[in-house]
Amino acid sequence: MKSKTIFKAIDIVLLLAAFGVAIAVDLVMPVGLPATVLKKGAVFAVVAVSMNLLNGFTGLFSLGQAGFMLLGAYTYAIFSIPLEARASVYYMQDHVAGFLNVVELPVVVAMIAAGAVAAIFAFLIGLPVLRLKSDYLAIATLGFAEIVGAFAKWEMLGPITNAPNPLVNYPKFSKVTTYFVAAGICIAIIALLVRSTYGRAFKAIRDDEIAAEAMGINLAKHKMISFVTSSFFAGVGGAMLAMFQSKAQANSFNTALTYEILLIVVIGGIGSLSGSVIASFLYIACSEWWLRFLDTPDVIPGLTRNGFRLVVFSAVIMVIVLFFRRGLMGDKEFSTERLVKGSKQFVKDIQDRKARKAKEVN
Amino acid sequence: MHNLLKLENITMQFGGVVAVNNLSLEVNEGEIVSLIGPNGAGKTTAFNVVTGVYEPTNGCVSFEGKAIVESYPRGKMRKTYAGENRGAYHKRIVKTPDKITKLGIARTFQNIRLFKSMTVLENVLVAMHMRRKSNLFTATFMLNRKEEKEMRRKATELLDKVGLLDVKDELATSLPYGKQRRLEIARALATEPKLLLLDEPAAGMNPQETDELTAFIREIRDEFGLTIFMIEHHMNLVMDISDRIYVIDFGKLIASGVPAEIQNNEVVIKAYLGVSEDE
Repeated sequence: MKSKTIFKAIDIVLLLAAFGVAIAVDLVMPVGLPATVLKKGAVFAVVAVSMNLLNGFTGLFSLGQAGFMLLGAYTYAIFSIPLEARASVYYMQDHVAGFLNVVELPVVVAMIAAGAVAAIFAFLIGLPVLRLKSDYLAIATLGFAEIVGAFAKWEMLGPITNAPNPLVNYPKFSKVTTYFVAAGICIAIIALLVRSTYGRAFKAIRDDEIAAEAMGINLAKHKMISFVTSSFFAGVGGAMLAMFQSKAQANSFNTALTYEILLIVVIGGIGSLSGSVIASFLYIACSEWWLRFLDTPDVIPGLTRNGFRLVVFSAVIMVIVLFFRRGLMGDKEFSTERLVKGSKQFVKDIQDRKARKAKEVN
Repeated sequence: MHNLLKLENITMQFGGVVAVNNLSLEVNEGEIVSLIGPNGAGKTTAFNVVTGVYEPTNGCVSFEGKAIVESYPRGKMRKTYAGENRGAYHKRIVKTPDKITKLGIARTFQNIRLFKSMTVLENVLVAMHMRRKSNLFTATFMLNRKEEKEMRRKATELLDKVGLLDVKDELATSLPYGKQRRLEIARALATEPKLLLLDEPAAGMNPQETDELTAFIREIRDEFGLTIFMIEHHMNLVMDISDRIYVIDFGKLIASGVPAEIQNNEVVIKAYLGVSEDE
């Protein structure tokens, strides 16, 4: 009992340490690769966790994440560009939509609006689409994401979306800590939801729809709750990604982005929120930072060149997917207790094996 | 004694196959009623109609005097309907299984359907989700701590009653078969039903386990004031426990009555044993 509280305390210390790292990076080197990786990692963590809520916990295989992120990014950008900067952003359009001359939302409100718009679209698209199962749902949501992308690029909507030019000059988070706090709040809310009685209902639907329905769980309603919540946070994540990229453009919210997030979810473990968070930081660090030395030609002359890191990166991913079928965390959550117990068991296993071998030799 | 569940002229037709044909039966409050019949007679189909999994092609199911499921031949079935009582029903009442469970009909499954990734306790807690008072907001932000505690207390109590308290933190699927069956029943009880439908609760059990189950079913009936309607193949169990028995074959009701009547009913013996050619 006592060791349990100690382990819990260590968990909390580790969590605080993560924020400590963010603050330290802000103080020591506010510009540079570590800061970039942490910012992007935090953004991807939000989106990966939101995707895991849907794919991992409710068992709804959806590939619409990029579409909802785009909705969030555009909503955030459109509403938060300062009024006096609007003319310079929309200079290519002959006129802008009327409300753009009067509405300017503060950052946090605009982020919530970003989530809300994504959630509203999720509700509308969810009404027909959530009747579908597995692959069909994936295809339908993928199609939805493509359609959203096409609309964002449509010139008729130029007075609102500034198509086909990017939206720029909106306020951004400059500090790693701010990204971490925003991401932390989003992830904490999803974690609370998953741990609540609704979370249990989601898992029941994932495990066995027929039994869940026989236990009185309204399938349509609970699937919708999961889909809308997931999309809300995908929208907020989209707004954060727009901040990170400092321009919002439909092209960067393509299907490849959805697959990147899906990959993170799979690597982290389908059904593990902490797995998604850990995996998104590892993934971003790997792709942006740790393998960057492979891009310089003189590491292995004749082989390494610009872009080579992506080749190695893909190989690493394949190895992970092959040998960690269930991801880094499986469907368990990270805890120091499990880590310590797991490693003790691991050491014991090795010792057992050694002992057995020694016996065989004798 | 008034009847709790009433099936009137239920016909369930899949394409050209009439799985249940003009079935009418009643289950009175406090009774244990069994539905028996050879394999493929349409027993589980009848259960699926009652619980809202299938919409019947024709007929009406009422619970506590209120129609919960009612339908008449529609669409393609208008032409191909092969059952009886066409034109007797005009309303269409389609309730989803969750609504029917909420009204007070709980069920177990022939092939166990527990939630695989959850512990024994969580399996029971899922069934209590339906009767929650909290909403999405209060549940997420833990403003329903009292209710959550109450749910856990009730679930633990229930597990204690069915004798699964010592395994409450184990994965549901790691339990031995007999205990999984018990857990299915516990989970159904957690929905606070008035009527419990058991689909072959003794399937795959040895004689000793079956005897235990017989006692267990009686126990929960008295303890929770339940009415029980079950499908079963173990004749010892059926004859021992049932107040009344319905027998169906090829979807049609062929006999009904108290166990002693059924045991000596020639039609039933024929259906079960078949008739040899030289007779």
